[in-house]
Amino acid sequence: MIDDDFVKSLLGKCSYLSLRHREDCLTLDCPADSVIEFSRHLRDEETFDLLVDLTAVDHGETADTRFSVVLHLYSLIHRTYLRAHIACADNEAPEIPSISSVFPAANWHERETFDMFGIKFTDHPNLKRILMWDEYPYFPLRKEFPLAGIDVPLPAADVAEVTGADVDPAPMMGGPFVSSGNGRMSDAEPRAKDESWTEESIKGS
Amino acid sequence: MSTTTTQEISVGDIGARAAAYSENERMALNVGPSHPTTHGVLRLMMELDGDIITKCDPVLGYLHRGDEKIAENMTYNQFVPYTDRLDYLAPLANNVAYALTVENLAGIEVPARCQAIRVLVCEMARISSHLLGMGVFGMDAGAWTPFMYTFTEREKLYTLFEELTGARFTTSYTRIGGVARDIPDGWLPRVEKFCDQLPKAINEVEKLLTRNRIFLDRTEGIGAISKDQAIAYGLTGPNLRASGVDLDLRKDKPYSGYDQYEFDVPIGTKGDCYDRYLVRIEEVRQSILIIKQVIASFPGGPWYCEDAKKIFAPPKEKIMSSMEELIQNFMIVTEGPQVPPGEVYFEAENPKGALGFYLVSKGGGVPYRLKIRAPSFCNLSILEELAPGHMLSDITVILGSLDFVMGECDR
Repeated sequence: MIDDDFVKSLLGKCSYLSLRHREDCLTLDCPADSVIEFSRHLRDEETFDLLVDLTAVDHGETADTRFSVVLHLYSLIHRTYLRAHIACADNEAPEIPSISSVFPAANWHERETFDMFGIKFTDHPNLKRILMWDEYPYFPLRKEFPLAGIDVPLPAADVAEVTGADVDPAPMMGGPFVSSGNGRMSDAEPRAKDESWTEESIKGS
Repeated sequence: MSTTTTQEISVGDIGARAAAYSENERMALNVGPSHPTTHGVLRLMMELDGDIITKCDPVLGYLHRGDEKIAENMTYNQFVPYTDRLDYLAPLANNVAYALTVENLAGIEVPARCQAIRVLVCEMARISSHLLGMGVFGMDAGAWTPFMYTFTEREKLYTLFEELTGARFTTSYTRIGGVARDIPDGWLPRVEKFCDQLPKAINEVEKLLTRNRIFLDRTEGIGAISKDQAIAYGLTGPNLRASGVDLDLRKDKPYSGYDQYEFDVPIGTKGDCYDRYLVRIEEVRQSILIIKQVIASFPGGPWYCEDAKKIFAPPKEKIMSSMEELIQNFMIVTEGPQVPPGEVYFEAENPKGALGFYLVSKGGGVPYRLKIRAPSFCNLSILEELAPGHMLSDITVILGSLDFVMGECDR
């Protein structure tokens, strides 16, 4: 069971860890340079052998430590979760060691975190984008990235050359999921070409 | 007596070329993103040595909608329809998992009737998802007929879903702190009637597949995942249990009152494609048992959290007649359900595996960060290791047995 004794002995064995809170599950802070040691210890000694999730949180451009990687482990013996926060020291070029050598499951999770936040996982076997295409220039889940997206070139260069097409931002009309406060509704919402039937003119028979 | 003459035929260049080919040449084969085998828009870049796969590189993201970014820009209830589109074969189960996550952070517990409704719809969603999973798995292995039986049953389920939620497919049934509406009159007997006739259809499917020689030859020993491998790659759900790991969150971390119901958790022994099929068949039978228990002990009382004034909107007739309730409804719709700051991680045992939500709130009605832990994403990550060494024709069976959905994989 995860009780006070367990937490005390875990913090004793791994002096680099610090307790954050125990609200929904045991939550620890782990420094970036100890993350491999930490995950290996938890897998081999404490039976937390199922890495269920690995992701990151962007605390905003003005935060002291902007990015922290969050991982969730599950123990089949204790039947409980454990969460670890790993703060990324550098706000401009965040970087932490990859734990995919300990948990193969981390491979894709780390690729996704890199894809969405631009956090580099050192010694990752195949750190490339997984959801967006390889040439995509932005990290969409960073807080400064707009919901609508940013105009970028089409991934297929040959198609772009012929058609001149690119990837447009979504038509948001001034804000997400909000109709524009002024003007006609027909200007704010995507409508069919035939505008003979609007709120101002009734459709003829 | 006739004499047999033999003539030596020189194969010359062709033989030499074939030998050189098998030693050095690898063929690159691209499957998908639009291919019936890949059950959606999964693309596999494979390297073949003759018929043997030597390398398999899955390419994802063709169905990426940015759900996690969208969640940061809308209130908690507004995101419910987006959860329909994660595992779109069991939208009700996604709705419930998402609502439970937010409720865990808000620290509210829904009444017994609401819990029972949620368990009921989760298990119906599981049956619906597994019926499709089994049907198309048979089809992947070359058996067309079982699909017809399972889809007939799914159609009946869709009718029941429509009676409950108003939609067949995109149900959006839960709200934070309750459900959208109570069950309609006479609905429970109809669900029970469905459950009574379902085993017959499952038996038909089993007759067609379980002892079928061709099906056995194609699935037994194929795509075997060991216990350690399954845990290392973070598999969950039927795929993990088929490998012999006893992990079912309904039993191990009971939520929504699952601990009141008795059911068994089927466990596989070999972890091959056939075991994954057997586990799913048995899970459908167990789900029927759970549904019958829920109906037999269906509680009365409120079906939403009446105390959570800042989270669940009051009933319509009160909004229309009382000032306080009108303001309460207005605040919930415009500002969103008020959730305290903090973080929470919750996983529900969905048909495809453990669907997890990691929610970070800074207070207010909009999540600061919502990470969706999609079971299909984790289940597919084993493909890079699993596929090499198998024949090309096995890849259809392996993919069918993993039973993934790209809607939740790409999010």
